[in-house]
Amino acid sequence: MKLNINNTIHEVVVNPATPLLWVIREQLGLNGTKFGCGIGQCGACTVHLEGTPIRSCLTPVQTVEGKAITTIEGIATGTTKLHAVQIAWIEEQIPQCGYCQSGQIMSAHALLTNNLSPTDKDIDEAMSGNICRCGTYPRVRKGIKRAAEILEASLSKKDTDHGEME
Amino acid sequence: MGKWSRRAFITTGVLTGGALVLGVAIRPGNRAKKVKDLIAGDDETVLNIWLKIDKDNIVTVVVPHAEMGQGVHTTLPMMLADEMDADWTKVRILEAPGNKEYANYSMAKGFILGPRDIPSILMGTVDGFFLTATKHLNIQVTGGSGSVRFTGMFAMRVAGAAARAVLLQAASEQWEIPKEELVVKNSTISHLASDRRALFSDFAAKAANLSQPAKPRLKSSEEFTLMGTSPQRFDIPSKVDGTANFGIDVVLPNMKYAAIKASPVFGVKVKPLANEAIKDMPGVHKVVNLEGAVAVIADGYWLAKNAIDSLPITFETSANDAVEQSDIYDRYLRDMDTAIAEGNEEKDVKKGNIAAVFKEATNVVEAEYRVPYLAHATMEPMNCTALVKENSCEIWVGSQNPLGFANSVAEALDIDRKEVLVHNQFLGGGFGRRSVPDVAVQAALIAKKVDYPVKLIWSREEDIRQDHYREANVSRFKAALDSKGMIAAWNNQFVFKNEPEEAPHIPYGIDNQFIHYTNSETHVPWGYWRSVDSSMHAFFTESFMDELAFKANKDPYQFRREHLTNAPRYLKVLDMAAEKSNWGEALPANWGRGISLHQSFGTIVAQVTEIELVEDKLRVHRVVCAADPGFAFHPDGFKAQMESGIIFGLTAALYGEITIENGAVKQSNFHDYQMLRMDESPKIETFIITSDNFPGGAGEPSTPGIAPALTNAIFNASGIRIRELPVKNHELKADSKILG
Repeated sequence: MKLNINNTIHEVVVNPATPLLWVIREQLGLNGTKFGCGIGQCGACTVHLEGTPIRSCLTPVQTVEGKAITTIEGIATGTTKLHAVQIAWIEEQIPQCGYCQSGQIMSAHALLTNNLSPTDKDIDEAMSGNICRCGTYPRVRKGIKRAAEILEASLSKKDTDHGEME
Repeated sequence: MGKWSRRAFITTGVLTGGALVLGVAIRPGNRAKKVKDLIAGDDETVLNIWLKIDKDNIVTVVVPHAEMGQGVHTTLPMMLADEMDADWTKVRILEAPGNKEYANYSMAKGFILGPRDIPSILMGTVDGFFLTATKHLNIQVTGGSGSVRFTGMFAMRVAGAAARAVLLQAASEQWEIPKEELVVKNSTISHLASDRRALFSDFAAKAANLSQPAKPRLKSSEEFTLMGTSPQRFDIPSKVDGTANFGIDVVLPNMKYAAIKASPVFGVKVKPLANEAIKDMPGVHKVVNLEGAVAVIADGYWLAKNAIDSLPITFETSANDAVEQSDIYDRYLRDMDTAIAEGNEEKDVKKGNIAAVFKEATNVVEAEYRVPYLAHATMEPMNCTALVKENSCEIWVGSQNPLGFANSVAEALDIDRKEVLVHNQFLGGGFGRRSVPDVAVQAALIAKKVDYPVKLIWSREEDIRQDHYREANVSRFKAALDSKGMIAAWNNQFVFKNEPEEAPHIPYGIDNQFIHYTNSETHVPWGYWRSVDSSMHAFFTESFMDELAFKANKDPYQFRREHLTNAPRYLKVLDMAAEKSNWGEALPANWGRGISLHQSFGTIVAQVTEIELVEDKLRVHRVVCAADPGFAFHPDGFKAQMESGIIFGLTAALYGEITIENGAVKQSNFHDYQMLRMDESPKIETFIITSDNFPGGAGEPSTPGIAPALTNAIFNASGIRIRELPVKNHELKADSKILG
């Protein structure tokens, strides 16, 4: 079975009913995606399927064959080492134990991909599937707003650069 | 010098093999040599068991506590580096190996002695005594909100100051310049007059031959350069890119995976097992019967989990098979009544004469409160990886108590304690749960059956049903109000007493008090749960204070104030919370405010909660938290812990409930053991009061007070008094205004 994870094609031999989570972790050694509940209730296992956040603990691997999957290890792109969400997460000193944060970051990243000025209500809707036992919610909310600023700034910079080139 | 004086010195030494050692041990004898092999690499010098300096002048601080999000891997190094005047950009952290040399004696000393200063002359004796006690207990504990208070204050700061002192002395001798003329700053020592400047590492060799008293001068708070600031935490970068290694992330060559199912009724044995159902499952290797549980080893966790779910596992019957939650409460009440009838209550606080007051009293108030069992539900389910050889064992686990784990594993495998090596990992949440070694013992017993490493992972269902729970409890109160509406007598009875000792005690000036408790047997395992006894007593005492204020026809904040005339430190915290929350200002219809005040782990916390009842739905809008920890060494980290503790306590107050049904836990996962989520998370404002009292804890003290601040606010908005948690079980109605 061929899996497209973080823009790399991986060939895996696995029971096709295996949840994507365990293939990512055990077969591919990408341990940033976490097991939390196994029933899609906590969001620790969140990855992107064609850009949309999904719960990998409930997704049989056969249903995502050949589709673009992104994990926490694959969101940093371009010239900066970290994604804007990750930068904001450090600036706001969000993680405590850190276990749920890959999932939080993947959900926040998906929100910001479609919405660069999320309201508190938007954040509530996008983030309420991700449980954090350390209670970092107030900081996650701040972090999303900060990440939006960083993304906005980098986009307007790109626009300016683009303009200059033209 | 007497016999004690030798032990009163921080010892130094040189290691064999040419390595330069500045051994600063703050316990009797020189520990540096013993631990060198565990923590030092090539070209490194063990400065003492708490720090080492390498040739590039990097100071590595050895922290004997687990990082579970409380920031201890940053705050403790800050305390050492500040006293040492080390360059913060050149400070690194290493978690102490699970080794007896790190038995956490500064912690035990703190718990037993409290903040009392130890006279210098007694240092050796005191250390020797506590060291023995601590080693005996095999603790290297992260808990009790004690890392900063005890390891930080007794070990880190002392070690940093001692290291600075020997380096300074070495420089002074080498340059033949009086110490007073030298400046120590940013890991360098300089002499302005002669324009000389050298690095700490340049003096390590000479410093190795020097000894310093065990009580070097510590900085006053005005001299702090790092303590009291909030540098970014060391552990955070790895927690945003997926590289942080938690216990569950350990990967070893040839490792296989195990799933487990333990008896739902605690402590019952498995009946003989038929393995046919999984015999032919591909990738499934072995079934292991652990008496009270069955485990399956497979090539992957999902395979192991499927296999165990297919096994027809049955358990023997036990006397507890029919126990219901109501039976447990009934027994509590029976035992409480019996204790009173027979006059054999365990006495906690006895002041004045309550009987005399009640005899004359005209305004007597009584109330009974209940709280349910609570599970920890750490985000990372319990797990442990073990590799067992003939007479030795290695385990990889996130533990709040690695030495205790090693001891339990050694006992279970019947091997020498020294042959168990614990590799501690990041903890995906602790909250007390990861101080219990059950999963490590299971992993070791499973791995004993095979010749490869096994990673045992609990399902969330196991995690909820096989926890060690915060106990369910009942607390009864009876108080008398005098003609001025002041409390004249306070009678309180509850079940069980663990710690902290002062959890049921009140700061209010009441002359006649009788606080007492009764033990009552249950088969449900007990465990440390964030803030332990305070997690319920703050709800009990601060709810009852609110009821008394209402009966006295007084404002709940003012009523508390009136009873705090002899407790200025508490009063200041309460006033701060009231002021910052605009206490007394009008709120919109169906909104309410509630206040609470509670001290735990040396930190006093007052909270004001603002809530709104929208039809039958409760919204928690805002929490104002004022806290006096004496001094906050990392203020942003302290605030993060207050926020964390509040959301943890709010989750429990609103939803937390573990119910016993047929002897077993009814709940199983996040759908029925509900968690607070982003859309319900209130705005939290934290204000720190610096009183310069001995430092209090950060990880736990904000958890206790949120439940009463919440339920008092519900009363304020609706007149509905909640005497039993969680709130979700109560029908709430806006503007019902029952009041009373």
